[in-house]
Amino acid sequence: MRADAPAKPAIEHPMESLLRMDRIPHIWCPTCGIGTAVTAFASALEENEIPLDSVSVVSGIGCTGRVAGYMKLDSYHTTHGRAVPFAVGLHLAKPSLKVVVFSGDGDLAGIGGNHFIHTARRNVDITVICVNNFLYAMTGGQVAATTPVSANTSTSPYGNFEQPFNLPLLAQSCGAVYVARWTALHIRRMTKAFGEALNKKGFSFVEVIAPCSTLYARRNRLGTGLDLMKFYHDNSEIRHGADPNDLNIGFQEKIICGKFVDIEKPTFLDSMNECYGKSLGEKYEIYEGAAHA
Amino acid sequence: MKADPKGVLTGAHYIDGNYAIAEGALAAGCRFFGGYPITPSTEIAERFVQRAPHVGGLFIQMEDEMGSMNAVLGASWGGVKSMTCTSGPGFSLMMENFGLGLMLETPCVLVNVQRGGPSTGLPTLPGQGDMMQARWGSHGDYEVIALAPDSPQEGFDLTIHAFNLSERYRMPVLMMTDECVGHMTEKVVIPSAEGIEVEPRRFTKKPPSEFLPYEVDESLVPYAPIPGEGYRFHVSGLTHDEQGYPVINAEAQDKLVRRLVDKVKKNAADICKYEEKDIDGADVVVLSYGITSRVVQPAVEMAKKKGIKIGQIRLIVVWPFPEERIRELAGSVKGIVVPEINLGQMVLEVERCAAGRCATILVAHAGGGVHDPETIFQAIKEAAK
Repeated sequence: MRADAPAKPAIEHPMESLLRMDRIPHIWCPTCGIGTAVTAFASALEENEIPLDSVSVVSGIGCTGRVAGYMKLDSYHTTHGRAVPFAVGLHLAKPSLKVVVFSGDGDLAGIGGNHFIHTARRNVDITVICVNNFLYAMTGGQVAATTPVSANTSTSPYGNFEQPFNLPLLAQSCGAVYVARWTALHIRRMTKAFGEALNKKGFSFVEVIAPCSTLYARRNRLGTGLDLMKFYHDNSEIRHGADPNDLNIGFQEKIICGKFVDIEKPTFLDSMNECYGKSLGEKYEIYEGAAHA
Repeated sequence: MKADPKGVLTGAHYIDGNYAIAEGALAAGCRFFGGYPITPSTEIAERFVQRAPHVGGLFIQMEDEMGSMNAVLGASWGGVKSMTCTSGPGFSLMMENFGLGLMLETPCVLVNVQRGGPSTGLPTLPGQGDMMQARWGSHGDYEVIALAPDSPQEGFDLTIHAFNLSERYRMPVLMMTDECVGHMTEKVVIPSAEGIEVEPRRFTKKPPSEFLPYEVDESLVPYAPIPGEGYRFHVSGLTHDEQGYPVINAEAQDKLVRRLVDKVKKNAADICKYEEKDIDGADVVVLSYGITSRVVQPAVEMAKKKGIKIGQIRLIVVWPFPEERIRELAGSVKGIVVPEINLGQMVLEVERCAAGRCATILVAHAGGGVHDPETIFQAIKEAAK
């Protein structure tokens, strides 16, 4: 240690075992909601006693795409939009791993939308966490597939006129077996949802509505990060089991949160094993992942 | 190590090049295929999915080529030998994540059964127009390894070799075949498993506490972590250091990109592979690869009958290009004739290496068929003047 280096604090950060402390400070802005989601995720892993060596985090590109780089787990920072198919390959090669995609709305619902819907359709046994801050933040705040109508972004300077995706509806209609939405204010509930999603067999999806005070709030004159949290407090409504059709998010309108889907369905591998077993009989060895060194 | 007998269909078969490639992959130990249908490559995927459930393998038809290339990379990181195949526009769509594979140093095999282009072009007819795309199609600086079989037998043999090279150098390897070889049915002899040498993954032997994902020895090739075993590694498509952590500056870029390039360049002698015939004393040499090397044969016979001293060089590995050998040849022959089913791609490499010391004559064909041997013969005659 250098003589002028600050002394190591006497108390360890409680998440030290789960974070790459050698990469801290992170790149996220003060009041960004991504760190909150990461904290909730780390808590969910601990509370559910999930063997950490078995967890792989896969991210795409963007602010949330940097999550993989901060988690002290097997972690993959892939290309823009492609975290989901990378995770699909990783899971299918080694189904004993718990594969989690942690990425943003631009990455998952924009450029990666096709992978998202097909992976939900196939019910591949992975968890997808989408931090939705309503725009492309890493590139400076451009309009996204999730930007509420009339919101101002750098590429919708006169207000957004496109209809955004309702992500829980998209996930549910494509076949996800677990779908929940929470805001960055709902730390306890978000943590519980992550735990449930991690333990769910099949394609589980959690949307986290997160503040971006640097770009979204500033361009739309919504105040500070604290103001956004107050907005979530005053305007989010918990409605478990709500019809996913009712979950659209309008500009500065009510945000309905809760657990919307929690069902059982055969996964991709269950269905494949059943199909091949029926067709090939004894000639088929149940696939449990390809053997490797 | 020897091949797993489970995947080896030992015996003599009468199959096409695409099926032979699928058999080569299974023999090499490939157990994951992320496919997306596109003519004229689809039979590779079809053959693989028929066979996979019998050998402990898995096939998934992905939603698009970006998906299939990434699923292949993910599966390879999961520890399984993985592949995909494509043609034409699908190759363009895979280029981005072929680059991710190079950056993360991910062993896998990507087969391009070339058809006529650009765009949708000639889906059912042959071409060799993607040779430079294979070399330069993803963004940034890098080196590639690409092989070009000229028969179904070589489709089988070279696919095993492609997997071995991909494991040895930890990078995606390209099989640049074409519609003719893909759909040509010939005898393919598959040896017994003991007769097939396969290279296993270079997994690290270090414990997690001592392991760095991109630390290299003199081989310049890093050792892979075992996923799910406590290595807690991070890998990134961003420019990174030995730890795999992003470092966004010119020094880290220089160190990483030079190593990625050098691990191929400095091992070019091990990787380059070509076949020569009648080179000694030749006035003219025909350089060819893939299906074109078959079409060259009648032209060479015509030239021999005319008394032209003609030799041949056939590229088996097309990238890296055998620069040293072509430089040598250029100093001893009058001309090098390069027939290819494009309007001049590999000929640019020949010209670069010949550097004016001998004539280089392109025999171009825009695609949709193969050359009339007569056109190649005319070029040989001109070169012999």
